Amino acid sequence: MLHTFVAYVEDRPGVLTRVASLFRRLNININSLTVGRSERPGLSRLTLVCEASAEAVHRIRASLFKLENVVDVDDIAQAPSVTRELALIKVAASPRNRAQIFDLAEVFRARIVDLTSESLIIEMTGVESKIEGLIEILREDDGRILEICRSGKMTMRRGHHVSSVVRAMGVAEAAVEEDESAVEGAADEVQ
Amino acid sequence: MGHKGNANTKANANASNGSITAPNATAPSASASGSHTHLTPPAKLTGAEIIWATLVGEGVDTVFGYPGGTILPAYDALRKFPVRHILVRHEQGAAHMADGYSRASGKVGVAIATSGPGSTNLVTGIATAMLDSIPIVCITANVSSKLLGTDAFQEVDITGITLPVTKHNFLVNRAEDIAPTLRHAFQIARSGRPGPVLVDITKDAEQATTEFDFEAAKPRPYRPHPMLHVDDLGLAQAAELIRNSKRPVILAGHGVMESGAMEQVRTLAERAQIPVGLTLLGLGGFPASHPLCLGMMGMHGESWVNSAIQDADLLIACGMRFDDRVTGKLAEYALKAKKIHIEVDPSEINKNVKVDVALVGDLREVLDQLLPRISGRDGSTWLKSIEAKKGAVAVHDIKNLPDSGHLYAAHVIHDLWRMTGGNAIVVTDVGQHQMWEAQYFRHEQPRTLITSGGLGTMGFALPAAIGAKVACPEKEVWVVVGDGGFQMTAAELATIVQEKIKINIAVINNGYLGMVRQWQEFFYERNYEATPLVSPDFVKLADAHGIPGRAVRKRSEVEEAVNAARSATGAYLLNFMVEKEDSVYPMIPAGSALHEMIRRPEKDPLEERADDK
Ligand SMILES: Cc1ncc(C[n+]2csc(CCOP(=O)(O)OP(=O)(O)O)c2C)c(N)n1
Ligand SMILES: [Mg+2]
Repeated sequence: MLHTFVAYVEDRPGVLTRVASLFRRLNININSLTVGRSERPGLSRLTLVCEASAEAVHRIRASLFKLENVVDVDDIAQAPSVTRELALIKVAASPRNRAQIFDLAEVFRARIVDLTSESLIIEMTGVESKIEGLIEILREDDGRILEICRSGKMTMRRGHHVSSVVRAMGVAEAAVEEDESAVEGAADEVQ
Repeated sequence: MGHKGNANTKANANASNGSITAPNATAPSASASGSHTHLTPPAKLTGAEIIWATLVGEGVDTVFGYPGGTILPAYDALRKFPVRHILVRHEQGAAHMADGYSRASGKVGVAIATSGPGSTNLVTGIATAMLDSIPIVCITANVSSKLLGTDAFQEVDITGITLPVTKHNFLVNRAEDIAPTLRHAFQIARSGRPGPVLVDITKDAEQATTEFDFEAAKPRPYRPHPMLHVDDLGLAQAAELIRNSKRPVILAGHGVMESGAMEQVRTLAERAQIPVGLTLLGLGGFPASHPLCLGMMGMHGESWVNSAIQDADLLIACGMRFDDRVTGKLAEYALKAKKIHIEVDPSEINKNVKVDVALVGDLREVLDQLLPRISGRDGSTWLKSIEAKKGAVAVHDIKNLPDSGHLYAAHVIHDLWRMTGGNAIVVTDVGQHQMWEAQYFRHEQPRTLITSGGLGTMGFALPAAIGAKVACPEKEVWVVVGDGGFQMTAAELATIVQEKIKINIAVINNGYLGMVRQWQEFFYERNYEATPLVSPDFVKLADAHGIPGRAVRKRSEVEEAVNAARSATGAYLLNFMVEKEDSVYPMIPAGSALHEMIRRPEKDPLEERADDK
């Protein structure tokens, strides 16, 4: 069963290794992993999708929590949520057959973000199946796809849901920041 | 404080070492109470000096280590600080000593090593501490930061190597970060579920100079695991299960000691009249002589403990993690029992055994919340039925066995227990002797058995005992070690002599890697491949180090030999030449259910062997 974890992690060197290492140890393949800055300074947000049994999920979550640099973990499970993926697809296209690809992009509500005489780049955001759909159609014409770059999934719960831990941190927000400045050196540089 | 180790070597090298304060008086003086009220204002120190100043501030007065090129700046600064350095013979020994120090005292042990091979040699010791949740801090040096990642001489990615066997680790490459990182390391090591932390410091960070301010380097307050919460509902359900149970058993583990919940567990047991089974690392957490104590459970646990667990209708697991050595085959483990799991680490909940009520939190705090809800219970029927089983198979009262002229390890350990009155710290290695110790030495007090449970590290005993003795100089310390494991770290005999450490060493010499031989006997048709062991004469080996000792071949000689060791002023080694092919009973074969145990043969080999040889 595919599982999606959303985690807040400290933004410093080595943190991703620790997260990835946990899955390596459990011999679980990570299907996709996206990381980027979050709404809180110093915290990155990651969305991790993996294949795991229902029993394993609690343990993965608890084990992620145990990592010093992990601040919060949410198991999205069946909760109502929005999931998106971004894909950049470079296709070979000459002035003669461009129009056909423009039409295709239109149908899929994708955008053309780069255009040269021999190729163009399509940018597309959406759920996985939609992106797969576009790629499939582009593949029908052999050799047309030159490169694909996909971001992996990003997930956010619907509604007014905020991480309880991050919310709890919010209460102590001032204190946390104060403490961070106390260990400024360590916080920034320690790997 | 100010107690330097090994006067003869150290004082020679540095005659003015007696009362040590940093020349610029910057070392915070850690008083016994651990308060640092009279800290000097911030001052400029080198990174190397900051290492020691921070350790002193954290209350450290002893470290176990081994020098080398990259850690040399730290060693050069050592003379300015009131820290006893114990020079080991192999860095694995340093990690085990820090571990034994911690297990004996409850304090954080510290090991120090140089880069490259020095740091990789620590790894087995770190993993040992990790699997048994022991708080130690290991400090390693690394090459200068500009050389990191270049395969420079003795450069190794030790934070990468130890990532899965530390609770956390750090790479520090600026002098400014040393104090805050070390302080954070201590906090991580001892908070929540304790564990080892490694701090790798580059040589240029040691050599740089910066402002040192111990107070300012204080880590942010400890952030408990967000899944740690005990709610009223859980407590009420647990109390209800206990009230309604007819056949409850408490399973007490290492967490009892770690959280200091001995009194609480005892109160729960006594008030609700619930018998207590112990894990290997739980021994000592509940007094062996207590009428409600069942003894050790699991693979080599007594039959009545394991059958009580299989028959139970309620298990109350306290600070234990349902290890496979304790449960046997999971599909058949305690099927009739509801389970309450009180545990500080949420990732242990439902890991091996599905539980009905999980109380995630510090054991002592949870029990303090639970106990007011527990009232008196009549447990006599259940206790009597366990007692009846005990009677049928009680084979442990062996001191009355006839003296067959042969020496059995069980005899030796039983005599050790009797003669010390149990008032000793016993540090065991791994193997048959470890199980016999657990069966025949009755531990009344916490922290009196020190053993590698989770990793089962041979070679652990001798160095860990050194650490234990250093932590508790007033205690009598015995090493119980096999002929195999002893040879893995016997080099530390020299450390004992150099540091004048009074410990007693009992080698249980059966001429085999006994535990493996036993498995070969039971499960591999006695194919004794690679288990017979030729060893040096351990008494002569000790003698070469200046440690007296003697061999013991008969039961009748045990008492006098033990007396000789105990009354010797320095370390003493006893080489007990025990029966070679004796086995540990009962035994649950790996992967079998708790009730499928191999019992001691009808005719007890403790009597039988004498005739067939
Ligand atoms: C470092 C290490 N290597 C191998 C083992 C596997 N092992 C477990 S018990 C044992 C035999 C121990 O022999 P000895 O020290 O003589 O003790 P005995 O069992 O004879 O009492 C071995 C090899 C281990 N636990 N640790
Ligand atoms: Mg042996």
